[in-house]
Amino acid sequence: MEIPYAVTARPDTGLWNAKVGIWLFLASEVMLFGGLFSAYVFLRLDADPGAWPHGLLNVPVGTMNTAILIASSVTVVMAWASLKMRKFRAYWWYMLVTILCGVIFLGVKLIYEWPQKFEHFGAFIKKDKLEKYEQYLGNHHLAEKGLPPRTEVSGHLHNKEALHDENVKEYEIALDPVNADPTNPNMDRPHFLYVPPTEKMATIEKEDVEYANMFLPKHSAYFASYFTITGLHGAHVLGGVIVFTYLWLPVGTKLYKRNPEHLANRVEVAGLFWHFVDLVWIFVFPLFYLL
Amino acid sequence: MNEPDETIAAETAEGHAAHDEHVAHNVSKHIRAYLMVGATLITFTAITVFLSYVNFGTMKANVAVAMIVATFKAGLVAAIFMHLSNEKRMIYRILMFTAFFVLGLFFLTYLAWYDPVTR
Repeated sequence: MEIPYAVTARPDTGLWNAKVGIWLFLASEVMLFGGLFSAYVFLRLDADPGAWPHGLLNVPVGTMNTAILIASSVTVVMAWASLKMRKFRAYWWYMLVTILCGVIFLGVKLIYEWPQKFEHFGAFIKKDKLEKYEQYLGNHHLAEKGLPPRTEVSGHLHNKEALHDENVKEYEIALDPVNADPTNPNMDRPHFLYVPPTEKMATIEKEDVEYANMFLPKHSAYFASYFTITGLHGAHVLGGVIVFTYLWLPVGTKLYKRNPEHLANRVEVAGLFWHFVDLVWIFVFPLFYLL
Repeated sequence: MNEPDETIAAETAEGHAAHDEHVAHNVSKHIRAYLMVGATLITFTAITVFLSYVNFGTMKANVAVAMIVATFKAGLVAAIFMHLSNEKRMIYRILMFTAFFVLGLFFLTYLAWYDPVTR
């Protein structure tokens, strides 16, 4: 059976049906991401002074991934334009580049960014014990400058057994530069380039710690929202890659030979979804990586 | 009986071909715009990164600046890549409802700080 209005416009809406369909879907997507972003706003504005972390993510890597996603938005719209101009070869190449961009984006996220977080450790110090760890926190220096205090000591955890063994009474941490040299004015604001933990060790007693864990979703409101939003966004990237791959495979070629306009329309709606995913990332990137 | 039908079919096919040519011409005109928008978006990504290291006084001011740039970029994506600058009325209607409800959602978040007792 022929699907009606797959190519020609419906007289009452003036649109072919899939176009209405994808926009209704994107409307629901706006509500889905809108809900998560409003949760983010809520958590961030209600966080105690200094509790919302800055500069924990790798900015150059995030910037590169942003550029990759933007480039893929250009190539997918070029793929569609090529089909409209009936240049199938060009379509094939543009689509391939789009798919590769999506795969690289996901690869960077899943192979590099997320695992690096899972290897990073942070301990929030109890409010009345902050003074004891002043040499790692530098809060006197921050107060002089009118900046919010630090409450967390972070770095590479040497004795991982401390996470679950009750007999281990302290955490041994190779400190992040910000905790190794907290009064250095260079540490007042986040760095552009990623700086790995230093050689300097610190011992934090468990009884002085409010809460400590690896940088997992349960570590803090920041990481909970970071993993939820980038995770959902990543799932969308994966969905887009799967649909593009389907349209790029011989199935797409066959459809092109039967009805090129039908394939162009499918690429257009898949592209609309892809641009939306790009659009969400345009907000995710500054909110989590930069601010 | 067949003859008139065939004539109609042939005419439609011709009409399609003419339409296709028209579309192809229009699309090729837009390609430059797509590339320009892509370049603009990447430039503004660099600008966003740069501005985040400029101290605008408070963190709130920095967030506001970044969100203004992001909204501009999102507007470009929506208007040019998603063809919203020139779309059918039906789509705008759907999006008007979406805008209304998503703004309502953010207003609910704002209400979380509403406190009539202690103000």
